[in-house]
Amino acid sequence: MAKKTIGIPRAMFYYVYFPAWKTFFERLGFGVVTSPKTTKEILDAGVREALAEACVPVKIYFGHVLALKDKVDYLFVPRIISINGKTIYCPKFLGMADMVKSALPNMPTVLDVTVNKKRNKLSLFRGAMELGRRLGKGPWATFRAFLAGWKVHRKYDRLLKAGYTPDEAMDYMLHGKPLPVKQEEEGGETLRLALLGYPYTTHDSFISVEAIQKLKSLGVKVITAEMVSPSLLKRQAGKLVKGIFWTFSDITSKAAFHFFENAGEVDGIMHLTAFGCGPDFMVDKLMEIEAKKRGGKVPFMTLMIDEHTGEAGMLTRIEAFCEMVRRRKEAAV
Amino acid sequence: MKKVTFPHLGTSVVVFNDLVRDLGNEPVVPIRPNKKILDLGVQYGPEFACLPFKILLGSYLEAVERGADTVVTSGGSGPCRAGHYGEVAQKIMASAGKELEFIVFDSIYQKPLEFIRKVNRLNSAKLSYWSIVQLVRFYWRKLQALDRLERTSHRMRPRELKRGETTQVFNQSIKWVQESKTMGQIDEAEAAGLKAFDVIAQDPAADVVKVGIVGEIYVVLEPASNLEIEETLGNMGVEVNRSIYLTGWTRENAPGGKKADGFEEAAKPYLPEPIGGHAQESIGHTVMYARDGYDGVIQLAPFTCIPEIVVKTIMPRITREHGIPVLTFFLDEQTGKAGMQTRLEAFIDMLRRKKRTREEATYARVSGD
Repeated sequence: MAKKTIGIPRAMFYYVYFPAWKTFFERLGFGVVTSPKTTKEILDAGVREALAEACVPVKIYFGHVLALKDKVDYLFVPRIISINGKTIYCPKFLGMADMVKSALPNMPTVLDVTVNKKRNKLSLFRGAMELGRRLGKGPWATFRAFLAGWKVHRKYDRLLKAGYTPDEAMDYMLHGKPLPVKQEEEGGETLRLALLGYPYTTHDSFISVEAIQKLKSLGVKVITAEMVSPSLLKRQAGKLVKGIFWTFSDITSKAAFHFFENAGEVDGIMHLTAFGCGPDFMVDKLMEIEAKKRGGKVPFMTLMIDEHTGEAGMLTRIEAFCEMVRRRKEAAV
Repeated sequence: MKKVTFPHLGTSVVVFNDLVRDLGNEPVVPIRPNKKILDLGVQYGPEFACLPFKILLGSYLEAVERGADTVVTSGGSGPCRAGHYGEVAQKIMASAGKELEFIVFDSIYQKPLEFIRKVNRLNSAKLSYWSIVQLVRFYWRKLQALDRLERTSHRMRPRELKRGETTQVFNQSIKWVQESKTMGQIDEAEAAGLKAFDVIAQDPAADVVKVGIVGEIYVVLEPASNLEIEETLGNMGVEVNRSIYLTGWTRENAPGGKKADGFEEAAKPYLPEPIGGHAQESIGHTVMYARDGYDGVIQLAPFTCIPEIVVKTIMPRITREHGIPVLTFFLDEQTGKAGMQTRLEAFIDMLRRKKRTREEATYARVSGD
């Protein structure tokens, strides 16, 4: 009998947890299938099915689910509420499984296990055990798969912190490709820019219109929010009376505060945000106010993307920003 | 003396005004959100802020022009964005050169000491805690009376013979409640108000359809933000039942409060976890309206409100499984009254037709045709 397969859409949490999830399910004896990289067709399919008012990432997620649903036996859409016990994820993550189940017809079984560390410290482990149970696997096998997944996640996380993009890190870990040579070693870069945004937009090369690659080709060293170490982020905790509620927004805004405070670390900050993003109206405004407060010492720009963002417009904006930053830097020397 | 302003939230304004005054401050009464307030909010606020934020920011800015130096508002701890609104509004105003004191009340559970400290900051008259508790109880009773009167007005309006009479009586009864000085007087004012509703001439043959209203709390509670949808519906001969009232919501979120009315249970098959805002309430109440035999449900939500987007995505399934039609309005500063009226008329027409077909079918079954 052929192995049963589990589908994991290449969107949202994919960029953060895919290696761990893949390891977990494969150890349990399942095949893991993922959707292809985002394309125009995937986006269009998502736009057709999702609500017009939803943000682009949700539409993309719907597109990926549609691309996967007829090829797999199960679809993994976890309901991850909180994974660190402090911050929670954006409501769209919390309701994603329920949206997918209600809005899309003829779905395979949706594995929608809930993880909420705010309610229970062992929630992640319990969630994994529940998954094993629902897939008909024994507790011992599930436990071992959980440990294997955990180990892989630690390694993956280290690679991200070291400055590799999710794609590079996954190619290395899952497909045995060598890690690319870092730019410093090549010595081609002249600018350091922070590209802040959520992993599912910055690293989705279709919807970000290859912002990272474009910057790199302009000789820019790109630093994303995932590359800032948690201990540095922690120091920014006092900036707001109430910490930002949502995990990704919390990381992004703290990374921005960190770069604004340590003006020498980067030459400029770009905020990549999706049209209609709920949390970002605040995150972006806070960054803008901070930039203004610091007297414009670190140049700041918001790059807004949506389903209609074009190649040329994006390139122009990026080039203009780089040019401006470069000129300022030269003038200062 | 502190000059205190606060959010405009439906009929509660008259009560908060008196409470702030009795605590020894000078209230700067927020005016009913209008074009000017919205323009200010849009001008200073971020583009994708939700309508409630723009209205609140605008009305704080407007109150500053009239000399307000303190803002009192509610907080929250997520996942809804509203929990950050106090702080973000303060930063935006400071950045525009308008420094204000913000007193943001979070749940008393989380940091009880801080809650008390905030009460002290607002207590300019140096009242004892006991008198404050008495005051809050007194005004709480007023809020309850107002909510009860409003609920009754929704029932009476569609059946009135002379259009506008209910609204007139309702405004009159608000005044009575506001003028009450003792608990006993509130009781009397409430009773008098209910009685005044009773004598409104009714059309016994009115073909009334029943519609439930669900959605995000601010746009549901503040008529200026939802273009007076309840009154509009009432005038179209629709009995409106609103799922959230300020007193009901606060009771569920206050210490020792009575827990919810079962919406969580009803929402479980569709949305098992709370995801912020009033998503679970919206889902649960829609299911409950369907069970209670309502003809339709209207969902009100601010544009870019993620919890309500999730709800709207799930709604078609509820319609499919419970047979209840749902109409959603995403409200922002662009929403116009005429467009809303047209959509409402079409929706209500459809409900009325469905109701008639259903009744005819029942009649046919009973008479054995």
